[in-house]
Amino acid sequence: MEFEMTAGLEVHVELSTKTKIFCGCTTEFEGEPNTHTCPVCTGMPGSLPVLNKSVVEFAVKTGIALNCSITRHNKFDRKNYFYPDLPKAYQISQLYLPICTNGHIDIKTENGFKSIRIHEIHMEEDAGKLIHDDWDDCTLVDYNRCGVPLLEIVSEPDFESAEEIIAYLEKLKEILIYLGVSDCKMQEGSMRADVNISVKPKGTSELGTRTEMKNMSSFKAIYKAVNYETKRQIELIKEGKRVIQQTRRWDENKDASFAMRSKENAQDYRYFPEPDIPPVDIDDMWINNIISYMPELAETKRERYINELGLSEYDASVITSAKPIAMLFEEASEKCKSPKEVCNLIMGELMRLLSDTNTLPENLSISPDKIASLVKLVNEKKINRNVAKEVFEQIFKNDVDPVYYVNEKALMIINDEEFVSDIIKKVLSENVKSVEEYKSGKQKVFGFLVGQSMKALKGKAEPNLVNDILKKMLNEI
Amino acid sequence: MYIDSMTAIEQGKLIKKGEISAVELTKHYLDNIKKNDKNINAYITVTEEKALKKAEEVQKLIDSNSIDSPIAGVPMAIKDNIMTKDIYTTCASKMLEGFNPIYNSTVYDKLENSGAIILGKLNMDEFAMGGSTETSFFGPVRNPWDIERVSGGSSGGSAAAVSSMEAAYTLGSDTGGSIRQPCSFCGVSGIKPTYGSVSRYGLVAFASSLDQIGPIGKDIKDCAEILSIISGHDKKDSTSINMPKFDFSDCFENDNIKGMKIGIPINYLSKGIDDDVKNCILNSADIFKKLGAQIFEFEMPDTDYAVAAYYIVACAEASSNLSRYDGIKYGYRSNKGEGLIDVFYNSRSEGFGMEVKRRIMLGSFVLSSGYYEAYYKKGLKTRAVIKNSFDSAFEKYDAILSPIAPTAAFKIGENIKDPLKMYLGDIYTVSVNLAGIPAASIPCGFTKDNLPVGVQIIGPTLSEKKIIKICSAFQNNTDFHKRTCSIKEEK
Amino acid sequence: MIIDNELITYLEELSRLKLDEEEKEKAKESLSKIIGYIDVLSKLDTENEKEMSHTFEFSNVFREDVLKTSYKSEEILKNAPDKKDGCFKVPKTVE
Repeated sequence: MEFEMTAGLEVHVELSTKTKIFCGCTTEFEGEPNTHTCPVCTGMPGSLPVLNKSVVEFAVKTGIALNCSITRHNKFDRKNYFYPDLPKAYQISQLYLPICTNGHIDIKTENGFKSIRIHEIHMEEDAGKLIHDDWDDCTLVDYNRCGVPLLEIVSEPDFESAEEIIAYLEKLKEILIYLGVSDCKMQEGSMRADVNISVKPKGTSELGTRTEMKNMSSFKAIYKAVNYETKRQIELIKEGKRVIQQTRRWDENKDASFAMRSKENAQDYRYFPEPDIPPVDIDDMWINNIISYMPELAETKRERYINELGLSEYDASVITSAKPIAMLFEEASEKCKSPKEVCNLIMGELMRLLSDTNTLPENLSISPDKIASLVKLVNEKKINRNVAKEVFEQIFKNDVDPVYYVNEKALMIINDEEFVSDIIKKVLSENVKSVEEYKSGKQKVFGFLVGQSMKALKGKAEPNLVNDILKKMLNEI
Repeated sequence: MYIDSMTAIEQGKLIKKGEISAVELTKHYLDNIKKNDKNINAYITVTEEKALKKAEEVQKLIDSNSIDSPIAGVPMAIKDNIMTKDIYTTCASKMLEGFNPIYNSTVYDKLENSGAIILGKLNMDEFAMGGSTETSFFGPVRNPWDIERVSGGSSGGSAAAVSSMEAAYTLGSDTGGSIRQPCSFCGVSGIKPTYGSVSRYGLVAFASSLDQIGPIGKDIKDCAEILSIISGHDKKDSTSINMPKFDFSDCFENDNIKGMKIGIPINYLSKGIDDDVKNCILNSADIFKKLGAQIFEFEMPDTDYAVAAYYIVACAEASSNLSRYDGIKYGYRSNKGEGLIDVFYNSRSEGFGMEVKRRIMLGSFVLSSGYYEAYYKKGLKTRAVIKNSFDSAFEKYDAILSPIAPTAAFKIGENIKDPLKMYLGDIYTVSVNLAGIPAASIPCGFTKDNLPVGVQIIGPTLSEKKIIKICSAFQNNTDFHKRTCSIKEEK
Repeated sequence: MIIDNELITYLEELSRLKLDEEEKEKAKESLSKIIGYIDVLSKLDTENEKEMSHTFEFSNVFREDVLKTSYKSEEILKNAPDKKDGCFKVPKTVE
């Protein structure tokens, strides 16, 4: 019998607001333990939450980008459970009226396009961090992360392969980053995905017993964990055993998953309406206002780059693969009005330099102004393309000013025909043998002579000009 | 001493005139505490040094004319569930014994800015759960009128401190009657304000949708002054109403209540109420009639519904609010057992008293899967029924006059073993909290045993001015609030 | 509504409380009485009522996303029963 998998995703993303969801403490990553805290986020007796308006706006933005309906009358609820990372012993979340519902994300895999439905998105607060101290055989609690705003994005069980899951996560990440609502850094935990997986005989419709996979810290780990779990479940069934509903933790070092203690499995969270926070009503005016400030998403950018700026599909997709690159491209193009030249530099030079220097696009700090003035130098024929590449590298590595650098290193194109002729004349006199060979019909030697001339001109002359003069002179001999 | 018969506002005037200094007045109250509190047990913490230091500072401000407040330099005390920075705040629980707050409640900030002198923190039922202050980890508060009897609760210390001259005025909190009932038992005045008119920031939550801080004083004028100071919008409390602070200045200039319509829920007087209490209530209705008000009888929904809905909502919220006391971040941690789970179970089991445990378990029950619909949801719907019945009553009447408790102060130990009987002591007060509306408690008579009885004046949302006007008219024509008790030593 | 041992044990678990035998008996008795009393609500028709979780009628209370100075970790840890390296210290949590 053949089996197929079905999976659904619960993705948590930390929002990149300046402050926490219910207090004015910073959301900055890390910091000395318990220094980004106050009575509110550490659950001191008597403290009360006040909702950060930006969290609502970020959630609405996300909902619109993911094609959701926006809930007009919102409430917060309390989810009650005891754990040391949760100082109030309840998490303020949304159960009954989540802010976004019924959306979808369209993904593309080798098998074509597919739409993955979003069940809901709700706002909630993150928990603190537990540090296991083996030396002292104890646990240390740091509440810096406690109260950082989260969106939980819950998909329908629409996934049929690990590839689809990765395609969905990549698309989701791209959208959230372009929206500016989250940096989605999995390694810092600002994007976390739990996967619910079950398997069933191929072609049947009833879903099997599912397990929940947690603790994957990269897309690669998710891919491995999903395939591992699918295989594990199929093998269990083939051996005549049952899949037990449980939460499983992925161990990246062992490339295997392990069941978490199942005692707490049947949790009774005793949700009820949060009495400390009034409802949130969202009207059309507010939504339209949010829409008017929505940044352009990658997909729209790609289409615009192809249709309006004349980029190839491939170039457009490489440039939009990371928001900082797309922003560099747009800003530089806007300033120099030569998107194709900027595109060529990015595709050729920037991508190479990023990979050579192991730089992540989000850490890119390169001034679009400098790229624009570099392109202007090319357009005005002040330098040639080879020089432009060299200058680009200098901008990337040393943040040089292109005009200043070109002047200082005397890299300007030599347009003086007389000067070029003089140099070529000299080159020909030093290569009498080659000239004779050319004259006797060996056309190949022409290339060699061009090379020698360019070398003598230090690469600064326009190749066409060198060609023309060289041809003319050889013919005259 | 003559000061003991004066209200807080009168004492403030005395200070302003230079007839007594803030320091002298503070010393006087500290002496009263030393003298009386061994019998009353109103205080959990007395902040003698802080009080004297603060009195000196405030006196300087008064001398240099840099403070304009009628209560500047007048000593007061605060219920021990309201956060006071660097002053222990225990909620009368072993769980928070020695808890030293790192921030101030908004109400305390406001009072400090008005030149209040804090004498200490007042005893209460543990986490405000109770109606007699017998659930306090620090022992019961004794009623100054008869120290064998309870002071009422949960703000028992706050009411007893005023009646025993151990503070000029106090702050209490009221979740289901916790200001009004001890006021009735101790013969003092108090107000449970409209939900959201006084910031809850820094009030240790019992039931967040019901809790409200309010003043207790010798008369309604003192209460009005304090309420005005602590009221108004606070951006730290999302449930705080966006309003300026109350201004009651014109409530006393003209307290003519002629023609006002006052309704009496007559079914409140039909069963289970002590005859003496009933007579006091009917007598106060007569007084209002003589003052020109019109009195109408009407029916409110059965009090059983309100009590049932109240215990569902209050305990549900409490079970969640009190989950944070887990032995990790602050408060009591048990040394017994090993591992984290033991810390949770043992700290909570050893740190909380039985009444608190009972309410946490009841709250967990009504919220648990399988019972949520039948209990919690039903409770919220019943709450709407009660709110609606108040709304329709207030379409006809300016205010409602009602008893506060079925009896006057009972003997210590008399009811504590029967929780349900204790809960039924709240039948006349809880519906006000469920509806979020204001109510005052003022002395209106005495039982045959010379125990004070209070009457409750209830008004619609934000009708505090009207309530105060009604109470002021009553107190200007009666002297129940002026009678004082002499504390007898324990036999 | 019968409050049996099983339900008491469940409520203890939900509440992270451990009652001794005597307390358990008392809790069983008093909770039975109280819940029995609360059951009076079944007589009240609430069919068309809204669930009233707040008494006020306003909505949309927000803070702007503006940074405030956090507290020092010493203050946050001031009342901690046990601490280490700027953190709250607790017995080992088992996964």
